[in-house]
Parts: sequence; C-alpha cells; structure tokens
Amino acid sequence: MSEAERLLHQALAWKREGRKVAIATVVTTWGSSPRPVGSMLVVDDTGRMVGSVSGGCIEGAVVKEARAVMDGAPPRLLDFGVTNEQAWEVGLACGGKVQVWVEALT
Amino acid sequence: MKLALAERLLAAREAGRPACLVRFLRTGEEALVVGGDTIVGADLPDAVLDAIREAHRRDRSTTIETEAGPVFLQVFNPPLRLVVVGAVHIAQALVPMASLTGYAVTVIDPRRGFATAERFPNVTLVDAWPDEAMEALAPDERTAVVTLTHDPKLDDPALDVALRSRAFYIGALGSKRTHAARLERLSAMGHGPEALARIHGPAGLDIGAVSPAEIAISILAQITAVLRREG
Repeated sequence: MSEAERLLHQALAWKREGRKVAIATVVTTWGSSPRPVGSMLVVDDTGRMVGSVSGGCIEGAVVKEARAVMDGAPPRLLDFGVTNEQAWEVGLACGGKVQVWVEALT
Repeated sequence: MKLALAERLLAAREAGRPACLVRFLRTGEEALVVGGDTIVGADLPDAVLDAIREAHRRDRSTTIETEAGPVFLQVFNPPLRLVVVGAVHIAQALVPMASLTGYAVTVIDPRRGFATAERFPNVTLVDAWPDEAMEALAPDERTAVVTLTHDPKLDDPALDVALRSRAFYIGALGSKRTHAARLERLSAMGHGPEALARIHGPAGLDIGAVSPAEIAISILAQITAVLRREG
C-alpha cells in the first residue's frame, strides 16, 4: 500500500471513531520543495496528525487552517514560499514554494 | 473530501485498480476516476481525462490549468513491480531494498532450495521456469525486470519475455564478456539491435560495488534513474 493510501485509511479510521478530520495535500511545488505533489498530512480534532506536507516547516500553519476547515470552513488553497510573508514567518527554509489544499473529510 | 468518495477510492485500490482523485481548486468540487471511468462526480472534459492518463503513466500527481481554473489530479497507482530472476545472494539484499522503495517484488527461481520463504520472507516467490513465470506475470510499463542467475538456461528465457514486453527497465547481471555472449544468443532468438539495447548489462550503475548489498544498491539506483529521469 502506498503512503497516500495508508494516510487515507488513517483518516477514515479517525472519522469512524467520531473525530473531525482534515486532509492537507501538496498540489503544486516550485524549486526545492521537500515533499512532492500528492504528499498528505491528516489531522484530527484532538491534535493527532500523520504524514507531512513539508520538512516540518509549514505544518504548524497548515494545522491551524485544518482546524478551521474541520469546524466548517470551506476548503482552502494555501500558498507558501519565500516571496510570501507568511511563509517567511513559518520558515520554508528550503527556498521552495508549495501550494497546499486543505479540506475536511465530511 | 466526501467520506464515501475516499471509501470508493480505497476500495478501487484494494481491487488492484488505478484511481485518480480530481479536485477543482476554484470550487472545491471533486471527482473520482477509476480505470479511465468517472465513477464519482460530473463528466470530465477530454483534456482532463487525457491529463489523468498522462499522470498515471508518469506516476505523478499534478495540477493542471483548465477553463474551470486549476484542477488537482492525485494519482493512486498500483505499486511498481520488480521481477527478480534468480533467488541468489544479491537478490536477498535487493528484495528488501526494493520493497522499501515501494516495489511489489516477485522472485522467480525454479531451482529447489533457492526461492524459499526462509531466504525471502514477505515476498512473492515463483518456482516455475522463468519463461512460463514471466508470461504469467506479464510485465508492463510499470515493471522492472532483472536477471541475476548468470545461467543462460534461466536468464535467457526471462530476458526473451522481458524484451517482448513494455517493461520500463531490463537488467542482466554478468560481466561484459558474459553480456556480449548473452546478446549473441538473444540475437539468434530473433531480437534486433534496438531491442537488445534495452538491456542494461552488466546491470547496475558503475559505483565500484563489491558486496551483494552494494551491487543491489547499484541496481536499484539504476532502476530509479531510468524511472525518474525519463520524461
């Protein structure tokens, strides 16, 4: 089973436990991004998470957005990169740019 | 993502089918395409279906620009396959490394005592003759084949089938002299120069590998280079 399939299985398992679940997925990359397109991070409302969308530098910001979509916000496309102020703050140290799609499992 | 869609996606994968999860990033709409058929969501434009086919072929998820804005295609392919002919010492190193890299590995060796579960735990073992075994496995464009026995009786029939397949990588272990003799035999079997040029022989990148594990690294590195550097 691929990593992405394992992560989706985990997302379904948490959902069936009655948790709120959000899925973040890398949808585009430029330059030296640490994780390829299709990489996923699965988060639940107790703070558990599996997978990754970067080398660890943007996960914090992504989890914050994940909580918002879990609470009913529409799916969001997040931009991270050296030209982006937020990215500078969260420190995408690799110098790459990524876009991450964050959605709830509903 | 709808729960039902995720369930159908995983069910398709458990049935061994390639699947593509489609997200319209402007609207949040989603669709699921399994084996080329849209089983969840509205019918997709031909341009999107073409891009899905290409994404499956390259084993690469991607976002494409369409009239409806950016569309993310997330590819869920069956694993790449590696067919190893010869349950030899190098295979014992190559098989776990290839599994870790994500390959579904099959080891073929008809010789008694070679392809045993003690020597190769958690891998598909086939003790049929290589030509028969290879015909049954039907290598496709997501399959790599490597022969390790040095024995023409075993390697040649496997290479014969591999050359008539669309396997993305064909490698044969053996010295340059062994390989030259092998090419002559395969040529006599009717394979032309273009077909024979598909064989990486001796298999593996030239990294000065000595031990079985090092040779396995060189072979897996070469397979990776062929897979990732093309296109």
